[in-house]
Parts: sequence; structure tokens; C-alpha cells
Amino acid sequence: MAVESGPRAVPAADARSVRGRGPRAGKKPGRLRRALSTYWYAWAMVAPVVAVIGVIVGYPLVRGVYLSTTDANEANVERTIGVNHIPATYESVGLDNYKAILDDAVFWDRLTWTVVWTVSCVALSFALGLVLAIMLNRKLKGRSFYRMALILPWAVPAFVSVFTWRLLFNEKKGLLNAILEGGGLDAIPWLNDPTWAKLSVIAVNVWLGVPFMLVAMLGGLQSIPGELYEAAEMDGASAWQRFRHVTLPGIRPVATTVVLISAIWTFNMFPVIFLLTRGGPGDATEILVTYAYRLSFVVSPRDFAGSAAWGVLILLLLSLFAVVYRRALRKQGEVW
Amino acid sequence: MRRGIAATAVVAALTMTAAACGGDDGDSGKKSGGKLSGTVTFWDTSNDAEKATYEKLAKGFEDLHPGVEVKYVNVPFGEANAKFKNAAGGNSGAPDVMRTEVAWVADFANLGYLAPLEGTAALDKPEDFLPQAAASTKFKGKTYAAPQTIDTLALFYNKKMLKAAGVEVPKTFDDVKSVAKKIKSKSGKTGLYLRGDDPYFYLPYLYGAGGDLLDTKKKEVTVDDAEGAEAFEVMKDLVDSKAAVTDASDGYNNQLNAFKDGDVAMALDGPWSIEGALQGKQFKGSAGAANLGVAPVPGGSARQASPQGGWNLAAYAGSKNLDASYEFIKYMSSAKVQQQTTEKLSLLPTRTSVYDVKSVKDNQMVQFFKPAVDKSVQRPWIPEANSLFEPIRLQMQKVLSGKTSPEDGAKGIGDAYRKLLKDYK
Repeated sequence: MAVESGPRAVPAADARSVRGRGPRAGKKPGRLRRALSTYWYAWAMVAPVVAVIGVIVGYPLVRGVYLSTTDANEANVERTIGVNHIPATYESVGLDNYKAILDDAVFWDRLTWTVVWTVSCVALSFALGLVLAIMLNRKLKGRSFYRMALILPWAVPAFVSVFTWRLLFNEKKGLLNAILEGGGLDAIPWLNDPTWAKLSVIAVNVWLGVPFMLVAMLGGLQSIPGELYEAAEMDGASAWQRFRHVTLPGIRPVATTVVLISAIWTFNMFPVIFLLTRGGPGDATEILVTYAYRLSFVVSPRDFAGSAAWGVLILLLLSLFAVVYRRALRKQGEVW
Repeated sequence: MRRGIAATAVVAALTMTAAACGGDDGDSGKKSGGKLSGTVTFWDTSNDAEKATYEKLAKGFEDLHPGVEVKYVNVPFGEANAKFKNAAGGNSGAPDVMRTEVAWVADFANLGYLAPLEGTAALDKPEDFLPQAAASTKFKGKTYAAPQTIDTLALFYNKKMLKAAGVEVPKTFDDVKSVAKKIKSKSGKTGLYLRGDDPYFYLPYLYGAGGDLLDTKKKEVTVDDAEGAEAFEVMKDLVDSKAAVTDASDGYNNQLNAFKDGDVAMALDGPWSIEGALQGKQFKGSAGAANLGVAPVPGGSARQASPQGGWNLAAYAGSKNLDASYEFIKYMSSAKVQQQTTEKLSLLPTRTSVYDVKSVKDNQMVQFFKPAVDKSVQRPWIPEANSLFEPIRLQMQKVLSGKTSPEDGAKGIGDAYRKLLKDYK
């Protein structure tokens, strides 16, 4: 949720004057001091966090944005190798990198697929997670066992799951094709045909994403007071009506947050794509982040500037999405 | 007992170092008292079947120089390039000595990651190296690595399966197609395994059609000439006619497994897979080994040719222990170690003198691969040499899956090259 940092509906005027340095310029001289003396304790408490975030998020971010306006690559950046020190010799090129990317069909191709990938993954895992959560939210025998079993994909490290899936998908020796062939069907080129590869990566990501949705939804469902259902029943509401008018509004705060987070994660879901298909066959399953990776780690000399520009564009897209999404929610009366 | 051996080795090593120091007094000033000490971290890239042998050989350096500890690290080939670059560029965690693929040397040297080896202990009798192996170690007139092993691709075939189908070893890709048809009708098995995931395996088809990736003299991209498209056409035809199976992922293991289990009769592979193939059920034991046939890569419309590959040893410029690193490179590229790798793994030496040793001369794989290596095509030894592969991989998978035509595939590679190599036409 670190992405959330937009205007926070004016919490305290004092706090603002400290953050934005503008109003300090002469107008009300006593303000900063007053704020400091009143809240010095709070400032002292957040200072370490601010410092750490500044170092591990702020600096790389600013540097990345700066690099994206240069022609920096592996051969011209500053580096120290043993006793040799090689100075930086890259130059500023303005917005050329961005122009080149936006002019290139590769970017738009990858963006289209990334959007398709994100939407289908989030929609499928949300739907599945919700259904499973509703099923588990009632009293049934062995409920804790089911819950454990369904959480399992989440407990296994992603790369382990992905490698396991890769073995299952293996066209020649994989279990999936062995089952198909045992049933008298043709083997499917899971990861070797562009369309099948796309379906495969989505399937794996949904499999990985469902437990998260399930847990979050279950929490949401359990926070809905039982009285609401009782009251609805008293009023003669059908099961569907109860779901539509009690359950859905009840889990909405959780659902919206979860969808936003999941969309951002999926958009940047590097390991699934990279470990499962390396973006292949061809570039059929390559999403924006795996392409940026390719620029900065596969070609030689590594194109740091181009990769940074891709990164900035990805960040902009996601920020834009978050803002639009929040605004749409606020219009519907959701506040968070 | 073990201690006894170690003690003998120590004594032997001490006498040897003493003798060595007596011989050259040029650079002994750097080593205190002529003895080397410290650790040498060695990143090896050999595969699962080879790595135990390499580890043992590397550790053998400790017997020669008891003061030096060799830290052997096996880094999978696929990750080694990126891993070394991360470590070397960030100046943390890079090894002292790195086993580099022939195409990586110019790249690493260009970035300043490698120590030049002229005038150091590392280059021992450089005139003994095969000229084509030595060519890949040079960048801008300086030598940055010592050749360790040289290789090329060849056609591995299952003698029994070919015999059962009553066919000769194919000489061209057309032959492969007709041979595969007979194998299929006889045993139901597939003829050839065609690596669809690794761009290296595009090269025999390209060279076979008479083409090349680049013309480095004229600074021209030549991959998108008619030959490049023809290469793709031949590959696609093999797959479409079911003469070959292919895939876009896990190709190395899938190919080796399919070949050693007898699911396919032929595969293009290199000496690095001999050891692995011999462990499979078709080639196990001495009777099985006789079943493994190796022939030159099939030819295209113009010629039979395959790319020259191999491995070199390079010292990281930032190594804290360069003297020991140079000695280690000298040791690992020495005639003795090369002879042992040939005896154990059937890998090809890079020293001409080693080919005169009886055990090497009598090795069947060497007998086959040496002439093949002599005729193999040198790749462009430029800093971007390794980056030339990614565009091929991309287009190869598109062409083989039918998404792109062979012509557009070749053109796609050419376009990517012109973007990568700014001064090429």
C-alpha cells in the first residue's frame, strides 16, 4: 500500500506547513517552531522511517528518473574495478528515450498484453477467491483443513511453485500431457504455442493469487454482522438478494483494496512470467517489466537508460491507474 | 593414508614451486618468498555431468600451491554471464577467475572487467594454443583470457536406431528429413530433436545455407539476406513435416533426455553433452557407448558448417589476489589439466601439444570433433557478440510457432542488430 500517498483530505494545517516549505517564507514565522515544539516527539518517531524510505526508495527512484533522461549504459557509467576507477561519461539526452519507446510498436504490443494479463488474472482470481471464501464461511466439517489446503499455494515460495508448474507443463515429459495422452487426447504444447503459453501463465498466476483473495475475502465476510442477514431474512430476502444487498456491500471496502493491490502486483508480476516462459515463445508472454529486465540485463552493454525509462513509464501507468481507480470509488461513496 | 598423500603432495609442490622460481626471476618479486597464498574463487560453468571432474581438477591447484585455497563455485551456464556482470560492475562478490564463454571475453574486456594477461604467469606457451581458440581471447590487440576448451556442434545419432531403420547417417538437412520418415515408419520414433529455445542452434542452418550473422570487415548485417530466411525455412520444414520435434523451453534437458532414452534418433549437440549422453539408458556401459554415433552437422544448400564455441579462463581485474589467479589460469589451461579433461569428459583441448598425447589421440570423440572444430566457423568476436543471440531466440520461436514467416523472422533479427550495432549498415 506504499503507493497510496495522495492528498489526504487536509489532516492538520500545521503538518502541512512543515511538509510544504512554501508558506514558511516570512508569512507566519512562528508556525514551524510551534509545530515543532508541539509535535517534536512525533517527528522524532517518524524520522528514522523517513530516512530509511528516503535511502531505499527515494534515492533509487530519483536516480532512476534522472538516468532515464541520459544515455547511460553499462559501458559509460562510473564503476570501480579493483584499483581501476572508471569515471562516468554518459550525457543527458532529454526525453529521447521516452520518445523512442513510445514510437516503438514493441511498447504498445507489450502494454496491450500486460493489460489483458492483469485484467484476466485479477478478475479470475477475485471471482474464484470470493466463491471459495463464501463456501468456507459457513460451518462445515473439516473447515480448517480446507482452509489450510487452500492457503497452501501462498505458503510455498513463488519460484518453487513456478518451477513445479513448469515441470507439469513440460511438453514431452510433463504430467499434464501424460494425463491427456493417457485419456487418448493429443498433447498440448503448453509453453511452446503463443496462445497456450498465455493461458498457462494466467492459470499459474491465478493459482498463486487465489489464496490471497480468499483470505482477504474471508476476513471481509466475517466482519459482516450476522444480524444483517437475520434482518434481511426477516424481511423475506432471497439468498441472491442477501448476497447482492448484504454480502457485496459488506465486503466492498476489502474487495476494492484487494483488487487495487492485486492489480498492481499482477501488472508487475515478474517471477511467474520470467521463470515459466522467459517471455516466450518469442515475446508472446512478455509483460512490461520482463521487457525492462531484458533491456537492462540481457543486451550488452546493458541499457540502463532505456530500462529506467521503461520503469518510469510503468510507474506512471500504475500511479495513473491508482488515481483513477480511487476517484471512481470515491464517486461511489467509498472513502479510504 | 590420506594424510600421507597430502604430505607427499606438499613436498612435491614445494619442490616444484622452488624449481619454478629458479626458472623465472622476472616476476617473483610480487610473491613473498616465491610462495603464493590466499584464496582464489573460481566460477565454473560446466554442466551437471561435468562439474565433479572440474571441481576435482580445480582443487588440484591446492596441491601445487599449498598456501592457496581454491574456492570452487559452480554457476549454471544460463546465469553466469548476468551474475558475473552484476558482481563485477558492482565491485562486490566477483570471482577471481571466471570460466567465460568464448563470446563473452570481448564484452567483459570492453567493460574493463578483465585483467590483461600479457606478460603474466597466466599465459604459458601461448604459441601452443590453437589459433582459432586464441582468436576469441583477444580484444583490441590485448589478450584477456586463456583458452580452456574448444568445441563445436555435431550430429549425435543413435547407431542402433538408424540401423534398424536401414538408413545412412544424413549428410544434409534434406537427408535428415527422409531419414526421419523411415525411422518414423519403422519404430514410430521421431528423427531429430530440434532445439527451438537456444539461438546457438540456428547457426548450423544459417552457415549451411551459406550465410552469416555479420560481416565484421565491411560492418554489414548479413543475417537478413536470403540465407537467413532459408535457414528458418529449413528448420520450420523439419518441424512441420514431423521429421523433428522442438520446444521453446527447457530445450537442453529435453533434448538430452529424449536422445539418451531413445525417443529421438538424432540431435545436434556438442562435446559438453557426451558425458551426459553416456549416462542414459541407450548409451550406458561400454556396449552402450559404442551405440553413440557422432557425425558432422548436416549441411544446407551451400555447405556443412557449425559455429565455433568453447570456454576460456579470465581473471577479474578487481581480483585481490591476481598473482594466484594468474597461476590458477596457467594451471587450468595447462597441457596436463587439458589432457585430464579430455580423458574424463571427452572435451577438446586447446593446446596443439595435447593432441599428440596417446590417450587424447585415441579418444574417439576427439578423433571426430577435432576435424569438425578445424572447419568450424568463427563467430564475430565483438563486445556485442553475446547480445546477438537474443534477437535470434525471439524470432526463432516466432517462426517455429508459425507466428512469423521465415523472411520476416530474418528481417526481425537484422533490424534488431542494426539497433544494437550503431555503426553497422
